[in-house]
Amino acid sequence: MNTDAGAGFLAPLMSGAGMTAQIFAYSAVLTIVIAFLAGFGRMSKYAPIRIATAVYVEFFRGTSLMIQLFWLFFALPLLGLELTPLAAGLVALAFNYGAYGSEIVRSSIQAVPKGQVEAAIALNMTPFQRMKKIVLPQAVAMMLPAFGNLLIELLKGTSLVSLITLADLTFKGMLLRTFDISSTPQILGLVLIMYFVMAAVLTLGVRLLEKLVTAGRA
Amino acid sequence: MWNWEFAMSVLPKLLSVIHITIITTILAFFLALILGLLLALGRRTRLKPLAWAVALATEFIRSTPLLIQLYFLYFALPVYGIHFSALTIGVLGLGIHYSTYLSEVYRSGIEAVSKGQWEAATALNFSRWKTWTKIILPQAIRPITPVLGNYLIVMFKETPLLSTITVVEMMATAKMIGAASFRYVEAFTIVGLLFLLLSYPSALLVRRLEARISLK
Repeated sequence: MNTDAGAGFLAPLMSGAGMTAQIFAYSAVLTIVIAFLAGFGRMSKYAPIRIATAVYVEFFRGTSLMIQLFWLFFALPLLGLELTPLAAGLVALAFNYGAYGSEIVRSSIQAVPKGQVEAAIALNMTPFQRMKKIVLPQAVAMMLPAFGNLLIELLKGTSLVSLITLADLTFKGMLLRTFDISSTPQILGLVLIMYFVMAAVLTLGVRLLEKLVTAGRA
Repeated sequence: MWNWEFAMSVLPKLLSVIHITIITTILAFFLALILGLLLALGRRTRLKPLAWAVALATEFIRSTPLLIQLYFLYFALPVYGIHFSALTIGVLGLGIHYSTYLSEVYRSGIEAVSKGQWEAATALNFSRWKTWTKIILPQAIRPITPVLGNYLIVMFKETPLLSTITVVEMMATAKMIGAASFRYVEAFTIVGLLFLLLSYPSALLVRRLEARISLK
């Protein structure tokens, strides 16, 4: 591959990567919010909330992201609710990965030893204090590695938004190759490398965060 | 709006390609099972450069999107004069992608076999081949079968991606129905429900398998 052509590809791909990073950032925040809401929802003392969240989680885990995305983008407008491509993409990504994330939240909170809660009760802490000061700090440390993996999956999942006309890295790569079919291997190779770099940065970030959260603990 | 008559008319069309989805999943799963084991063993080889190369390749494939890997196989290989059918590419892409996940599963299984088993095999003068096939792998694979089962379901749910490289499975059929009639609601909803109908009971089955294995 000659370097001039490589540099020519890089600029449009970088703008696509910017879009991917943006979509990833928004959907990551939404995913984490939904994961916590649904994770707590499944442990609620109110049965209707438990059942509703369980149905949501099983439903989104039982079908795939692409179907959810296409349903939101192509089918929902016919039922009278039109979402922009960005909104449809974010909703699909966040609800899909949020469903997986809720299991991480739930299992980590349940993995905090029971003695910790009992001690907090003995110390006359309110339920809110127990969660905030005792359970969550320990649970979050346990969640981080799994959330790191989930975010990598989310980053990979963002590539699907190219199918609903959002100009992300995948979209730009596929557009670029239509101008120069013979360079397809170089273009798609570059796209793969760019995703790999983003995933590597993400992995490093989560590791740093893990160190921060578990600092001073055994 | 939802139209029952139309839904009933597209259901047979969608069901008529369900076997493509299932066959693709099974072929890709077997490819992933074999390749995953080879990758797991490759990472353990005493040839350090080879082990690093396998580790890097595994990491690369696992942290980049399957969609682009499919595009790469489908659009880039022909530039080098290599032509496969869309279905073959789909099986290869799905199988290779998930082999990197399964290699991690195998690795955890292999690492969980206690050291004494290796020492006993050495003490009994087992060859390397016999140690692996008679002692280590049987003990490594049994506890990970539920995890492998989960990945079978995950791969099943990923097959709609193959519609992007013109494999005519359920999703592609639904897209064609939608494009021809401008009625996307029924076809996409039915495809989603069919996936749910197949994947959720399978997931429950795997959970039961998990409970049974952990009891013993």
